[in-house]
Amino acid sequence: MVGTANGAGAIAAAAFTLPALGFALGPIFKKTPHHWETVGTPGDFNVDNYVPVVFTLTPGIGEAGRTTAYVRKFNPKIDTDPYDRDSQYIAISSRCAHLGCPVRWVDAAERFICPCHGGVYDLLGRRVGGPPVRPLDRFYTRVEGQYVQLGPRFSVNSELKRFSPRDPGEPLDGIGQYLYPSRPTERKL
Amino acid sequence: MPRTRKAPAPPLPKPLRAPPPRPSEQNGTGGALQDAKEAGITVVDWVDERTSLSGAGRWLLFRKVPKGTNWFYTLGSATLFAFLSQAVTGVFLAMYYRPDAAGGAYESIRHVTNEVFLGQFVRGMHKWGSSVMVILVFLHMGRTFFWGAYKYPRELNWVIGVVLLILTLVMSFTGYLLPFDQRAYWATIVGVNINGTGPLIGPYLSDFLRGGGEFGATTLSRFYAIHMLLVPGLIVALIGAHLYLVTKLGTTAPPWSKAEDTPELREAEV
Repeated sequence: MVGTANGAGAIAAAAFTLPALGFALGPIFKKTPHHWETVGTPGDFNVDNYVPVVFTLTPGIGEAGRTTAYVRKFNPKIDTDPYDRDSQYIAISSRCAHLGCPVRWVDAAERFICPCHGGVYDLLGRRVGGPPVRPLDRFYTRVEGQYVQLGPRFSVNSELKRFSPRDPGEPLDGIGQYLYPSRPTERKL
Repeated sequence: MPRTRKAPAPPLPKPLRAPPPRPSEQNGTGGALQDAKEAGITVVDWVDERTSLSGAGRWLLFRKVPKGTNWFYTLGSATLFAFLSQAVTGVFLAMYYRPDAAGGAYESIRHVTNEVFLGQFVRGMHKWGSSVMVILVFLHMGRTFFWGAYKYPRELNWVIGVVLLILTLVMSFTGYLLPFDQRAYWATIVGVNINGTGPLIGPYLSDFLRGGGEFGATTLSRFYAIHMLLVPGLIVALIGAHLYLVTKLGTTAPPWSKAEDTPELREAEV
């Protein structure tokens, strides 16, 4: 009797606790479909300098879902990544690799500078000063018809090797990539 | 069946006899005031007879406190009142707030601040009250620390207090997003990413807070639910435990107060 009552109580408690937990944790494991956003035509971009583009990263929440990327054409003198040679465009995310504030490209200094805690990055998005732990993230690029499109985000380590996207503040050099595991739902392409 | 006559009441000693009626009660009624007083006593008696709550009330409110108790001992009650103020103003703010990331949240806060009667005042109470509560929590904690009031047998109450401190900071963090202006948005981005810098579990913690890999449609409603349902419930429960332990264990004397130097005690020592 006591055992049955306790067992029934446990089952009843589990019957509302477990679904509620799953409900709260569910979105973490949900795979979001890749979506590509058109940001301009090839004539809008050049090899020497970045052009800021604003596009929707998270649909459905209006302005809050938009983000800025800095886009330029592939420059064989400085860009070494073979994938970039194929896509012909480099898109640097404005999300600082320290804690996620928006960096801006300062033309005169040829640096990305973060307003929050003073992170500084060079032309390729590599850290040259301040607290960031890795280079700026990038977006996949492609040319579809006559439009340049940006796709999902990926992260890079200090040698610009590609990794699946990580949150800011998570280093990718050495042991970092294991201490800050990637999401199973979001891989690099 | 014939009714038996009641036995006469036994003679009572003088102190236990009911006092003779006052002049105002000569006619059997004491006027409306007296009636109201007695009605109140009757209602309280009725509840107390069925719950025995008066004992608990006396136990909670009429305690012996050590000599030297001073104003610093009111910091805990002050924190409690700050929490009650937050709870009341929060409930009424919730009547107007819309956790809609596509612009409704900011618009509803703007509406409360600029258009609702006393809205600016109630929102101001909630906004400034949150800082007041954090300050009072730390002062209360400092008092407990410097008085040595965390020592045996009050360690568990210190632990509960630390959990309450953390929950208060969680309230501050989740409440900061709700106005959904630029400051709220970027502060939350930075705050969530600070969570993410914890090795191994950090990235999952961030994903739980955001409800996904990026700041999305459910992030705001998630913060709102944590802010007004999950954490307040925990805080109320833990404040109950905190107060129970304070009442059960009593408060400590200030560290500078000495035991009374009575000759009788000195004799007993030898």
